Amino acid sequence: MLGIVRQKMLERSSKKIRPAVSMLRSYSSAAKQMTVREALNSALHEEMSADSKVFLIGEEVGEYQGAYKITKGLLDKYGPDRVLDTPITEAGFTGIAVGAAYYGLKPVVEFMTFNFSMQAIDHIINSAAKSNYMSAGKISVPIVFRGPNGAAAGVGAQHSQCYAAWYAACPGLKVLTPYNSEDARGLLKAAIRDPDPVVFLENELLYGESFPTSDEVLDSSFCLPIGKAKIERKGKHVTIAAYSKMVGYSLQAAEILEKDGIDAEVINLRSIRPLDRSTINDSVRKTNRLVTVEEAFPQHGVGAEICACVVEESFAYLDAPVERIAGADVPMPYAANLERMALPQVGDIVRAAKRACYRSVP
Amino acid sequence: MALSHLASSSPSRSANLLKPLSSAISLRRPISTDTTPITVETSVPFTAHQCEAPSRTVQTNAKELATFFRDMVVMRRMEIAADSLYKAKLIRGFCHLYDGQEAVAVGMEAALTKKDCIITSYRDHCTFVARGGTLLEVFAELMGRQAGCSKGKGGSMHFYKKDSNFYGGHGIVGAQVPLGCGLAFAQKYCKDEAVTFALYGDGAANQGQLFEALNISALWDLPAILVCENNHYGMGTAEWRAAKSPAYYKRGDYAPGLKVDGMDALAVKQACAFAKEHALKNGPIILEMDTYRYHGHSMSDPGSTYRTRDEITGVRQERDPIERIRKLILSHDLSTDKELKDIEKEVRKEVDDAIAQAKENPVPEPSELFSDVYAKGLGVESFGADRKEVRATLA
Repeated sequence: MLGIVRQKMLERSSKKIRPAVSMLRSYSSAAKQMTVREALNSALHEEMSADSKVFLIGEEVGEYQGAYKITKGLLDKYGPDRVLDTPITEAGFTGIAVGAAYYGLKPVVEFMTFNFSMQAIDHIINSAAKSNYMSAGKISVPIVFRGPNGAAAGVGAQHSQCYAAWYAACPGLKVLTPYNSEDARGLLKAAIRDPDPVVFLENELLYGESFPTSDEVLDSSFCLPIGKAKIERKGKHVTIAAYSKMVGYSLQAAEILEKDGIDAEVINLRSIRPLDRSTINDSVRKTNRLVTVEEAFPQHGVGAEICACVVEESFAYLDAPVERIAGADVPMPYAANLERMALPQVGDIVRAAKRACYRSVP
Repeated sequence: MALSHLASSSPSRSANLLKPLSSAISLRRPISTDTTPITVETSVPFTAHQCEAPSRTVQTNAKELATFFRDMVVMRRMEIAADSLYKAKLIRGFCHLYDGQEAVAVGMEAALTKKDCIITSYRDHCTFVARGGTLLEVFAELMGRQAGCSKGKGGSMHFYKKDSNFYGGHGIVGAQVPLGCGLAFAQKYCKDEAVTFALYGDGAANQGQLFEALNISALWDLPAILVCENNHYGMGTAEWRAAKSPAYYKRGDYAPGLKVDGMDALAVKQACAFAKEHALKNGPIILEMDTYRYHGHSMSDPGSTYRTRDEITGVRQERDPIERIRKLILSHDLSTDKELKDIEKEVRKEVDDAIAQAKENPVPEPSELFSDVYAKGLGVESFGADRKEVRATLA
């Protein structure tokens, strides 16, 4: 075992350390590089082309080409009847979109950031999520709410909150958190095709990141299943479960842990609701140790839910307490050094994984 | 099961219960099938804002008046019966009754087709029935039974009838207005040449989301008609305490509006027809229906702490919508007093039969706790209170 570790360390030291995000670990053929932005844009194009009931609605989605350029080119291609610029009135336009979904159209609502979704949260929860249940299946709501979620860079307390735990608490919603371009394409296409309300939480800082995408992913029929997590990196000593940007950090942490002989398994959750409890539990039953990672506030968060579910289902398999890495329990500060302290860094994930492995390091 | 037993024992009666209101008339000898036009003047002229008011001369006929009478009697009887059921604890939670406001429901229905959409607040029992819902569906839903229109899972505030384009039934004050504008958006998107009536109360009229939705509807020329059912009290708060400007028909500012006597079914019909034509061509319009509820806000509210009993009795004597139609029918010699009273007796029996049938109806199966959470459950797991005891797979 130690011999292998030393050999790997020799190999590593002779290579330039690349950021984990562009690691070509297990992809067989040469893949095209695609940014998350391009991935989302292409998914929107394809779904709008395939189904005339799909339309976009939100602030600056049309003539401005999207505040973050996700909807670029769509107004030109599909016209102002299907790409609708709204006034800055989230409660109003979200309610209108949900009403259109009641009638059978398929709106894709853009929130400039999910912080503004709070102005419309009554429509997301009470008008959209609960309608199919309250009407005993008569009124289904095939709507997607999408936009950047969580921290960006230096945008301060009112523009940095992660809403994954809030929305994922609500039965009737589906909540997705893509990480890379494959996720962005596959999950957005799945969300638009899904007959239920889907909250699609993107990340502003990931929009410009490039990832390799295979031909399969680029095909217009490509779709990922909702409710299934992905093992981004197989390992056997500790499970690291993360979503969105933290998947990238966790992969970087795994690289560092490998040098210390800790082989981490990194799970990209992809879906917060439904949460893929079986993938998480299967992994923990194999590794016996768990670290959850999220950028969001810690209390009542996704990590807390994962911990509870693992304690309930796989208690006997845990060799150490579950470790939870999350954003600091404070509103997001502006100063760069404080902001850095308020968010998980790769070193935090490494430290937590080592703590989880305190019993044995091979 | 209980339902089929009852159906087989008295076929014609239960057939009536399952038939929508107005066609039930044709099974018995009607007051009149006469469609000879009759011209009637509305009680008061319309007051207009940013538009020209329609004429107060309304075309109707004996058949329509008979339908109005019967439908409103059913609604009145149904709401009063619901009051008793609530006090007997067979209806739980919230129960908001519409008696007094029936003319808005029937007048509107007369001006619309089933292609037009209606969406309203939690005071939705009569609107549901006007759109074709049956008494059994109403009482079973109120009592939380399987035969309810929402299979017992919605309750009083969540009646829907999608096949008649009735979209509920909403518990959050004012939420239905943007939703209604969204329905109108979808109708325009699909080129359906139909309109949406979004009903709300004087309490909801101050909601910000209403103005947001109206703004967008006006910008995009949506065929949306916003109908303020002004019964002058938002729960216990009188309109003058809640609205700086209680001229709700003017509050649309750039959007035209009409003030209508909501206790006059013919005035309501005329206004709704006018509004439909307007909205299809010119975008949103507001209708303010001046109406009144005899009950309090809900069954928990006696309704007499913030208004006098004299006021309530006064409206009942001067403006009751059913009495108005009765007087019209009698003064035009379309029927006799006895015939109308017979109809009322018949309706009373229909309502009693529906209640009896609903009482026999079973509560939902335990498995229904987990049904319809999603349209597409993806085989996901859901949990009961003790997740080690109760788990389910969502289909």
